[in-house]
Amino acid sequence: MTKKTPSPKKTEVADAGYDARQAPINAKLGPDEKIQFFRDMLRIRRFEERCLRSYQQGKIGGFLHLYIGQESVAVGCCSVMGDNDHIITAYRDHGHALGVGMGMNELMAENFGKYTGCSKGKGGSMHYFDPSRHYWGGHGIVGGQVPLGTGLAYGLKYKGIKGACMTFMGDGAVNQGAVHESYNLAALWDLPVVFIIENNGYSMGTSQERSSAGESLAGRAAGYGMNWAIVENGHDVYEVRDKVSRALKLAHDQCKPSVLEIRTYRYRGHSVADPDSTYRDKSEIEEYKNTKDPIMVYQNALVTEGVLTEELIKQIDDSARAEAETSAQFAEQSPYPTLEDIKKDVYWEVDNPQDKKSVGNLFFD
Amino acid sequence: MPVITYREALRHAMDEELTRDPNVVIMGEEVGQFHGAYKVTEGLLAKHGPKRIVDTPISEAGFLGMGIGSAMLGLRPVMELMFFSFYSVAFDQIFNNAANIRYMSGGLINCPIVIRGPANGGTNVGATHSHTPESIAAYHPGIKVVVPSTPYDAKGLLKSAVRDNDPVMFMENTILYGETGEVPTEEYLIPLGSAKVMREGTDISIIGHGRAIQMALRSADMLKDKHNINAEVVDLRSIRPLDEATVLASVRKTNRVLLVEEAKPFCSVSAMLACIIQEKAFDHLDAPIRRVTSIDAPAIYSPPLEREQLPTPQKIFDAALAVLK
Repeated sequence: MTKKTPSPKKTEVADAGYDARQAPINAKLGPDEKIQFFRDMLRIRRFEERCLRSYQQGKIGGFLHLYIGQESVAVGCCSVMGDNDHIITAYRDHGHALGVGMGMNELMAENFGKYTGCSKGKGGSMHYFDPSRHYWGGHGIVGGQVPLGTGLAYGLKYKGIKGACMTFMGDGAVNQGAVHESYNLAALWDLPVVFIIENNGYSMGTSQERSSAGESLAGRAAGYGMNWAIVENGHDVYEVRDKVSRALKLAHDQCKPSVLEIRTYRYRGHSVADPDSTYRDKSEIEEYKNTKDPIMVYQNALVTEGVLTEELIKQIDDSARAEAETSAQFAEQSPYPTLEDIKKDVYWEVDNPQDKKSVGNLFFD
Repeated sequence: MPVITYREALRHAMDEELTRDPNVVIMGEEVGQFHGAYKVTEGLLAKHGPKRIVDTPISEAGFLGMGIGSAMLGLRPVMELMFFSFYSVAFDQIFNNAANIRYMSGGLINCPIVIRGPANGGTNVGATHSHTPESIAAYHPGIKVVVPSTPYDAKGLLKSAVRDNDPVMFMENTILYGETGEVPTEEYLIPLGSAKVMREGTDISIIGHGRAIQMALRSADMLKDKHNINAEVVDLRSIRPLDEATVLASVRKTNRVLLVEEAKPFCSVSAMLACIIQEKAFDHLDAPIRRVTSIDAPAIYSPPLEREQLPTPQKIFDAALAVLK
């Protein structure tokens, strides 16, 4: 087999004079909302940095997939969610969980495997859930959550609810069959779903050029007759908000699905277990950090606007660090699930004995 | 009491549940306009309309996963697999998502979905279309597995499955679809997890599920006619939950056990039953437990050979005599 020459990236022609700040959804923002986005991004970063420390201290088991570098995506998307909108994502799920309003304590405790965790210590870092906030996980198998998100959208439409499901995946998911099957169903049946590819450039240690044919990942939507767009500046929370809110509007008003590819970047390895030494140069990471770090870029913009001051930045940062530290203490002090808990939350019936209808043995020794 | 087919019993169950609960939706390949590949859903589209009876593309991972997602939001999808064998195309959706979602969410989510379709051999359709994955499905905590062998059970169990708040794999049998039996017109439910003594006896317990039970009943007639042996036949009806009490009561009564099933022998339902029986009723056994299963190879196409690969009344008869020797 001959080595495939990486196809040149299609040049995205930005709308002439496009300025995400001036988009209607952003132009109306007041200083409090802007500061809130900054705070939300910083909270995600400080939480994850604290997670990393806990992992290195041996407090967190298994995998830890950090979102550091991608914060503008989760914050931007969650900030445009309406009351009837839903969200589901893969295993790099900390940012979205904080974005919908879950608390650091329950998330950190989940990472520690404690009973006070959002999933009682049964899911771990990859499997956060909070249906009360329309947050449906947190899923470990690449692409496996995409049919579920399609089904959530199906359920909304079936029930006559004017809402949509933002269904996140990474760039590594786009080659999974379940994703394409979901695209087909969503387009075939006009389901209110927004498929969001967070393209951080690498599916684990394999670059887009080495894993995905074609010029753009989102462009595959064209084969299904679906609306699609690329968010070239995924580090810009305003651009994320503008493009995602337009796709949501299409889902709400016309019940049409979309595929959005948000270009972003992760600073850490695929998971903390990834030494990150085989597939990219450190200089690549440094360059992104220095030019496109979503928090730094936004912070600078807000300082220029006069919305943020050095004092306020420090106050927000201190508060985020303290919140993360407190969550680690909370997790540390929380109890583990008990042996009896292992067999709970398996069957609805067993957990709701007053409504149990079946007989016989559900568990075996 | 009206006599109807197994197929009609399933259809009546879905019809009644569609009428009762607006969140019930039937989905699958060819379930609507085509009237169902095996005509189980015939007439439901005309009666309930395209919102409730949904023809899907051939896309098992996609539409089963979509059904699971919709069930998380409160729908009660009844998903037809044209052949249960196609479950393997959607394995990740069923066993990672439907089975685990409640657990991984610490009990915040449940998934009231039914996945139904024929899971049997014996129709000369080769290895890919002849899977009997009861034990594979039941292996997974979070999943329930039901296998009806009569029209009466098919209806009562399917209605219970639709109302169940956990995912249920409902395994039917194309060879049984045309079998008839008495089914009352008034509503009834059969709880999942209750076995049924199909024939009372004192000399040996023949225990199994699915079409093997129909064979076992014929074998029991032969045992009575030729050797005056009174075999008790126990139909499990449900694999998980499992009615251990009825199984063990029968073992303690007859002291001899023959397990029958259409699946392969390794890691099968009968293997699990043998383990449970020796553990909980060892002192009641007067002979080693024997089994009749499919011959341990992929399902052969060749029609006369496939008949011999599967259990037969004669094989069950012979094995029962061996237990009683």
